Amino acid sequence: MGMPSTLAEIALGRSAKVRSVSGPRSFRRRLLEMGLVPGVEVRVVTIAPLGDPLRIEVRHGQWSIRRAEAAQIEIETP
Amino acid sequence: MSARPRCSTRSPAKVSNYPGITVERRTGVIALPQAPAELHDLPGTYSLNARSGEEQIAFDALTGLGDTAAPDVVVVCLDATQLARSVYLLLQCRELGARCVGALTMVDEAGAAAPDARALGELVGCEVIAVTARTKRGLSDLVAAIDRAARKDRVTSWRWHPSTALRAHLDAAVEALPHGWRSSVRYGAELTHADDALALWALTCIDNSEQDADELAIPLALRAAVGARHFDLDDEAILARWTWLDREIAKLVHKRTDRSLTEKIDRVLLHRAAGFAVFAGVMAVLFMSLFAWAAPMIDGISSGFKGFGHIIHHLLGNGIFTDFLVDGVIGGVGAVLVFLPQILMLFLFLGFLEDCGYLARVAYLMDRVMRSMNLHGRAFVPMLFGFACAVPAITATRTMERRRDRLLTMMVVPLMTCSARLPVYTLIIAALIPGSRVTQGLLMVGMYAFSVTTSLVAAWVMSKTVKPLKGKRLPFIIELPPYRFPRMPDVLRMMWSKSSMFLREAGTVILACSVALWALLYFPRHLPEGSPDYPALIAQAPDADARAALGAREQAAHLENSYGGRLGHGIEPVIKPLGFDWKIGVGLVGAFAAREVFISTLGIVYAVGDDVDEESKPLRQALQTAKRSDGHRAYTPLVGLSLMVFFALAMQCMSTLAVVRRESHSLRWPIFLFTYMTILAWIVSFLVYQGGKLLGFA
Repeated sequence: MGMPSTLAEIALGRSAKVRSVSGPRSFRRRLLEMGLVPGVEVRVVTIAPLGDPLRIEVRHGQWSIRRAEAAQIEIETP
Repeated sequence: MSARPRCSTRSPAKVSNYPGITVERRTGVIALPQAPAELHDLPGTYSLNARSGEEQIAFDALTGLGDTAAPDVVVVCLDATQLARSVYLLLQCRELGARCVGALTMVDEAGAAAPDARALGELVGCEVIAVTARTKRGLSDLVAAIDRAARKDRVTSWRWHPSTALRAHLDAAVEALPHGWRSSVRYGAELTHADDALALWALTCIDNSEQDADELAIPLALRAAVGARHFDLDDEAILARWTWLDREIAKLVHKRTDRSLTEKIDRVLLHRAAGFAVFAGVMAVLFMSLFAWAAPMIDGISSGFKGFGHIIHHLLGNGIFTDFLVDGVIGGVGAVLVFLPQILMLFLFLGFLEDCGYLARVAYLMDRVMRSMNLHGRAFVPMLFGFACAVPAITATRTMERRRDRLLTMMVVPLMTCSARLPVYTLIIAALIPGSRVTQGLLMVGMYAFSVTTSLVAAWVMSKTVKPLKGKRLPFIIELPPYRFPRMPDVLRMMWSKSSMFLREAGTVILACSVALWALLYFPRHLPEGSPDYPALIAQAPDADARAALGAREQAAHLENSYGGRLGHGIEPVIKPLGFDWKIGVGLVGAFAAREVFISTLGIVYAVGDDVDEESKPLRQALQTAKRSDGHRAYTPLVGLSLMVFFALAMQCMSTLAVVRRESHSLRWPIFLFTYMTILAWIVSFLVYQGGKLLGFA
């Protein structure tokens, strides 16, 4: 167990485990239902050319998520 | 089991949270051994608990809460490359008591990562059939499995057990379920756990604090029952399902799907520099197809209708009924169909780009820009459509979950340079703006840039000032699916269903308005006292040219005297500060039905005949030489600029207003749209014209 931080802060290309998801209720539900649940591995693949959003990989699928929302996903780095 | 079983397919793989061109609901018929069955294709979704318009349609149709009874069988498409996520949806369907059949797709793409269909079926507790759409492999097995499933009794299957605390909430919510929501009514058989599943949906999805009141009629008693509790139980069901999936799916799938090709393509398409270059290139091809490749078809359609009109005229001879038929009805149908080539091409292109996975990348690249204007990330596609026609663009706003986001997008899409503005710009630039072809071309590009800027700024301003359009930014997450080569039949079907929707929805309004406008510019048929006796003059005319000129002058006199012409005169004091005279006023009256009508109306006003287009030389000359009553040129370059700005900003499209009314379910929004755009157009044209005069351009 390393230091907890958020998905918006981890280095490009690094993997981490989801610790908790916060944010507006419907958005949380959406993230959880697509499989971004605590314990699952997540990786920041690239950052969009204009600096936002992030391209993340979860459960072999890739998603675009804004920095502000990524900051609501707490992770633990190994 | 009903005699005509229904079943539903739903495909999470197809839509991947970027349903740019998702059809509302498609219906077909399949032959089951005993009787034909209705097949409803529902919008794709990841889950049944989301609340976008399309996901709500899917949920309502699946549970029988919508306008149709609950389906007898539900076919759930299971994407072999994203197995756990698609099985998640299947679990939810089974909790609700649906008779499920799994259709395992993308087996080829998954390769070694694909699960064994039989083993998967045993795991999830319903038949799973591997199918390949391309080769139709497995389809007959799927039909047989549907038939078998339809004969079974309904059962519910929960792969997890609610905690005591959740159980108590579920019981309370079940108590509050309206009669029509109960399984005994929906399914015709009491299924306790199906009611529990609906109660669970209500508990996790009905949120009185969020803006969902207008989306679904949720009974007050149910609202009250679920509203009083805390949200800390929200996660329980989701996490329990995922715990089960993670444990069980891992037993079936040992490898992961190879994504390296997609990764290689993304390295270019999402690259800092190359990504935007490719994007610009794709857009350039898109526009070329819209404007250059569609042109022959458009010309064909308009000359076809003109020819048809001439034939009818020839057959029926002169008369009011002939004019009504030729100019009103045939002209009106032509005015609808003339949009069709561009709309077909637009949907062909966008369907292709969506299906191959590129549109999601565009949203990823452009999100930053959209977000800074308080627009939803998915607003990008409707705004792109706006370059062709605002009508399909406004229907494309359905992909956004929140009413506020949809409305805001609808309010700014009509500012984009649609194809109907082009002929007007072309005419004005060619006739009135001096300079080489390059400067004229640059001005055209400038008009596009102007429209993009104004629509973005308008979105930002309205999101800050107009109350129902205010609201916090919604979090935005979209999937970047693997690149796939689209199946052309799917793309073509999508193209046709969207385009025919345009014909149905907008076409009827455009037709009605064309007829009304024709009447406005046609009646009354008598000329005021003291007018020259044109029929007599024409009869005495020495040659055909003189006859034609007199005929055109008669037509112009009729137009000036028509109700529309009087309206043009009437609004002259209002448009004078913009540099427009009454003749332009008549043109603007005509342009209200559709912008391109401006040109033919001007053609009549300037007595060069109505058979003109933006390339027409006589009309250009007429504009260049037109004088005002004070002897000054009526059309200076400054007037041209002011006119173009007016066309860029004013709401001159009945069909757009009709579609906004339909999509917003209110009269308020089309009225608001019309008012704000027209006022904005007046102010900016005023500033351009008066500012230009102050600076010495006359």
